[in-house]
Amino acid sequence: MTKSPAAAAEIAPPSNPLPGFNLTLGFSVVYLTLVVLVPIAALALKALGLSWNDLWILGTNQRALAAYQFSLTASLAAAFINALFGSLLAWVLVRYEFPGRRFFDGLIDFPFALPTAVAGLTLANLFSAHGWLGRFLVPLGITGAYSRLGVVIALTFVGLPFSVRTLQPVIETLDVAVEEAAACLGAGRARTFARVVGPTLLPAALTGFGLSFARALGEYGSVVFISGNLPGTEIAPTLIVIRLDQYDYTGAIAVALVLMIFSFALLLTLNTLQGWAARIEEP
Amino acid sequence: MKPLSRTTSRSAPAPLPSPPAVKWSLIALAAIFLAIFLLLPLINVFAQAFARGWSPFWRALSDPDTGSAVRLTLMVAAISVPLNAVFGLTAAWAIAKFDFRGKALLLTLIDLPFAISPVVAGLLFVLLFGANGWMGPWLEAHHLKVIFAPPGMVLATLFVTFPYVARELIPVMHSQGREQEEAALTLGAGGWQTFWRVTLPSVKWGLFYGIILCNARAMGEFGAVWVVSGHIAGETDTLPLRVDKLYNEFDPVAPFAVATLLGLLAVATMLLKAFLDWKGRREL
Repeated sequence: MTKSPAAAAEIAPPSNPLPGFNLTLGFSVVYLTLVVLVPIAALALKALGLSWNDLWILGTNQRALAAYQFSLTASLAAAFINALFGSLLAWVLVRYEFPGRRFFDGLIDFPFALPTAVAGLTLANLFSAHGWLGRFLVPLGITGAYSRLGVVIALTFVGLPFSVRTLQPVIETLDVAVEEAAACLGAGRARTFARVVGPTLLPAALTGFGLSFARALGEYGSVVFISGNLPGTEIAPTLIVIRLDQYDYTGAIAVALVLMIFSFALLLTLNTLQGWAARIEEP
Repeated sequence: MKPLSRTTSRSAPAPLPSPPAVKWSLIALAAIFLAIFLLLPLINVFAQAFARGWSPFWRALSDPDTGSAVRLTLMVAAISVPLNAVFGLTAAWAIAKFDFRGKALLLTLIDLPFAISPVVAGLLFVLLFGANGWMGPWLEAHHLKVIFAPPGMVLATLFVTFPYVARELIPVMHSQGREQEEAALTLGAGGWQTFWRVTLPSVKWGLFYGIILCNARAMGEFGAVWVVSGHIAGETDTLPLRVDKLYNEFDPVAPFAVATLLGLLAVATMLLKAFLDWKGRREL
């Protein structure tokens, strides 16, 4: 029996009847182009018009290299601390029932809600010699304000929610039965964690690490308050601001280009990581 | 890269029985860390603001330059948040309800502003509209000032807060599918009617959530607006820039007094977020 064309059309998946595709996609693309892509193109075109030699010298001179190095070190340290405490916080908030859990869970987003300038201002004060924390820490030799350590503290603060919020949903979906099976088969708690829980959480932990690292690399607002502009505490965004203040546009563009290349590489890595994490979450 | 996702509703699953000593020491460690690292900084803002009593606090807040910083901050947010919310809605509709080539690329491009340092974002607009920028000579010929003036600050804020609403709405709208809209259309509803009566109500908590996050960032942005602001007190200072200026004048109270306004913004954002989580859970 051959199907009539009309019957075939009924069986074929119906085309999407929803309206507005051209309008919404068109508006989105135009708006994206105007707000995001044109400004980025302005930087790229400006850089093309400059001498490569000047850009190279200004982008790789001693001061710039020191700034990249400190940016990378401080951001890595902050992302690492966040991965560590973020895992602990995510685990405790998902797995344990205790008084105040809701409150502490809500508090995690606080660094996103608090303007970074205020975070820098209050952290610098807390860790200064007369601050609530500094008065105990400074005599021990721990100077958490106007120092390199202070920059790490500020970057840790702004990045904390990323690692907690990427780990929480994965811990929620962990099948407790798998842990029980491991325990029944004689694995101890440490071994169950290392062999069963750990590998499942790894993609999310790495994603959280990458997100807080990316955020830390670009951060400026909180750092400017806590670094005290002392030698050795200069991060790459600070150097851009300093060069712009001196009307050294070529110098600012050179550092901005290096930062952008870092950011794009990170964005691509993170997209790959999130794809990996999504595959593990939905087996 | 995606921003924080909404705290999902959850009741703790029945876990493996942890030894109480392990459980409570982990809880204690987490609570102490959060109290010292997140709660103490907030309390400190208010404590420092009132460290010398009411009168220096009040003097800092009643300064006309602080008033104008409040107005500029509100204006920047009032322009940039609605624009990015409209973009978020249109982008989410196209991406969540339709399949098309280049969707993955579009999603990545929407994330771009998250990956770019705010300082670089500010620089982009200086290169576009500044005196030495592409549009500089034309703007000067027409006596228009964008950089070192409020329009540049609005543009820089638009850039850094660009992904917030879209990123929040896309997964919410995607999870709704399109059966509801198809049913409404079959029953004779028009396109706009379907959007207003069916789609919008089903994503409203996600939309509000994206808007409050977008607003918190728009009002609190520092790096990007620092670069494009003229730093003229009373004219191109937003609240975060005003805090910075007072801090550099070594005033012990005033920066904290102005910061309490931003601290209250953060507290209001957190409370609204908690309320939206609660509302969203109740409707599930």
